[in-house]
Amino acid sequence: MAQIDKLKEIATQIRRDIIKMVSMAGSGHPGGSLSSTDFLTTLFFSEMNHDPKTWTRSGRGSDMFFLSAGHLSPVYYSVLSRSGYFPTDELKSFRVLGSRLQGHPSVERGLPGVHVASGSLGQGLSVACGAALSKKADKESNFVFALIGDGESEEGQIWEAALFAAQYKLDNLIVATDWNGQQIDGPVSSVLCLGDLKSKWESFGWECIIVDGHSIEEIQSTIRDLKKTPGNGKPKMILLKTEMGMGVDFMTGTHEWHGKAPNAQQTESALSQLTETLGDF
Amino acid sequence: MKITDKYINTGNKDTRSGFGAGLLEAGRANSNVVALCADLTGSLKMDAFAKEFPDRFFQCGIAEANMTGCGAGLAISGKVPYIGSFAGFATGRVYDQIRQTIAYSHTNVKICASHAGITLGEDGATHQIMEDIGLMRMLPNMVVINPCDYNQTKAATIAIADYSGPVYLRFGRPSVPNFTPENQSFEIGKALTLQEGVDVTVLATGHMVWESILACQKLAEEGISVELINIHTIKPFDKKAVLESVAKTRAVVTAEEHLIAGGLGELVSGVLSREMPTPVEIVAVDDLFGQSGKPSELMEEYGLTSNEVYEAVKRVLKRK
Repeated sequence: MAQIDKLKEIATQIRRDIIKMVSMAGSGHPGGSLSSTDFLTTLFFSEMNHDPKTWTRSGRGSDMFFLSAGHLSPVYYSVLSRSGYFPTDELKSFRVLGSRLQGHPSVERGLPGVHVASGSLGQGLSVACGAALSKKADKESNFVFALIGDGESEEGQIWEAALFAAQYKLDNLIVATDWNGQQIDGPVSSVLCLGDLKSKWESFGWECIIVDGHSIEEIQSTIRDLKKTPGNGKPKMILLKTEMGMGVDFMTGTHEWHGKAPNAQQTESALSQLTETLGDF
Repeated sequence: MKITDKYINTGNKDTRSGFGAGLLEAGRANSNVVALCADLTGSLKMDAFAKEFPDRFFQCGIAEANMTGCGAGLAISGKVPYIGSFAGFATGRVYDQIRQTIAYSHTNVKICASHAGITLGEDGATHQIMEDIGLMRMLPNMVVINPCDYNQTKAATIAIADYSGPVYLRFGRPSVPNFTPENQSFEIGKALTLQEGVDVTVLATGHMVWESILACQKLAEEGISVELINIHTIKPFDKKAVLESVAKTRAVVTAEEHLIAGGLGELVSGVLSREMPTPVEIVAVDDLFGQSGKPSELMEEYGLTSNEVYEAVKRVLKRK
C-alpha cells in the first residue's frame, strides 16, 4: 500500500506541475494532461522498465513509451522530468522560445525521453508499432507502450495501425486510450461517435480491457497482468475511463479545458486543490 | 567525340528494377536494412528482397500512413527501413506523416517512390504525380534524389543505406535507355557533368537526362556547345557545380518530368536570381494534371522530349 500512496503523491505533484506549466506559458492542454496523469505516473514510476540515466533514443534494452496524443505534453514533460530525464527546473521553459519543451513533443533539440515528434494526431501508434516490430525482430523481451486519445481515435491511421499490430502479432505492444469522452468541439459522442470502443478493438484482434483510469491500483495490476501474456500473439489495449481535467474541480468533466490556460485566479484555485508533495519546480 | 558515342544505351530498362536490384544488394550488405511495402511489392520490384529476406520484409497492406509511421519506428530502433509505394501515395497521401515522423523527427527512413511523373502511363492522373519533388524538397532535413536510369537508380539505392537521415528516392515505371556505368559509385548531392560546353548549361534530372543527351547531339551538329549536367540529387542542391558552369555559359535550360511549380527549374531560377542572374528556360509541365496514354505519347503531349530541350536552348541563347 505504501507504494500506491507514494504514486498518488507523485500524481498530485504532476498535476500541480501541469497547472503551473500551462499557466506560466499562457497556453497548452491541461484537460487531457490531468485525465492521463494517473496512468503515466503508474507507468513511469512503477511499471515501465526504463532508466533515465542510460536512456537512448533507440530504446534498445529497455521498454519504450510513445505519446501519440502529443498535446498531452504538459503531463509528459512533468513525468519525464520527475522521473529523472531532465531537471525539473526546465519545466519553466515549456513553450518558450528556444526551449526543448516545445508545445508538442519534438526531438529537434534532443529532449531525453522523447523518441519521435507527435502532435499531429493518429501517428504515434504507427511509430510504436514499428518499434514493437523491431523488438520482436531482434528477439528483445522488452515492451513498447503508447498513449492515444479517444478523440484521436477518430483518425483513420489509428485503425490502420490496429490492423497492422494484429497482423504482426505485436503482443509486446501495450497501448492505453485516455477515454475521457471529450475533445475540442465537445463530447466525443456528439462530435464523431466511436461507438463500442471495446468491441472495436477486440474485433481488430486486440486484447482489450476497460479500467478505472484514476485508480492507480487497477492500472498497476492491469499492466502487470498484460505483461504476463506476451506470448498470446495479441496487442493489448487498456481503455482508461477517465475524466478530463481530473483533480481540479472547475476543469473536471468538460471539454472547455482541453486547450486553455487558467488565469491567475484560476491557477491559485487549482493549486489550492493539489497538495505540493515533491516540491514545486 | 559525340555525346551519343560517350553515353551508349546498353538496352532499355525500368528504373524501378534498378531500385529492386539495389535494395537486394543493400540488404545483403547491411542486416539492418528492412523493407516495407503497401501492396505494391511486384510493381516496385521488391519481391527479390522479400524472397531472400522474408523476416526483414513487412507487407503493410493498403495503409500508407501506417507504413510511414512504422518506418519511423523501425528507424528509431536502429533499422534502415526502405518504405515503398507509388510516388503519389508515398508523398502526397502521407505528407503530414512524413513531415512529423520522418523529416521533423530526423528518422533514418528511405521513402522509395516508383511510377513517378507522367510516364506511368495508362493509369492516368490519379496515379501520376508531378508535384512530388516540390513536396519533398520543401521539407527541412529531406534529401531528394531523382536518378536517370537503371544503373544510377541501383547505385543510389545502395548509397542511401550509408547515409543517416530521411531520403526521398524517386524512380519510374517505363523502360528507358540505360546508359550510365554499371556498378558506378553514387555520391549524394554531387552533380555529374556529362559533357563540358561553353554556350549554354543544360541541367537535367531523371528521365529527362537521356532526352537532353539527344538534344545535345543535335545542337552539337549545329555548332552549339552545351554543358550538360545530371542533377540526380535535387536536395542538397549542388549549387557550386551549377554556379561554376553558369559563370562560363551565362545561359541555362532545365529539364524534368515534373510540374514547373516546385521543381528543378524553379529551384535553379531561385538560386540564380539570388546569386547570378541568368536567362533560364524551363522544360517541365505547366500547371496541369496528366492523363491516360502511352509513356512516349505523354512525354510528347506534355512537352517532355529532346526536341523541347533543343528548342529551349535555342530560346535561351537568344536571351543571352
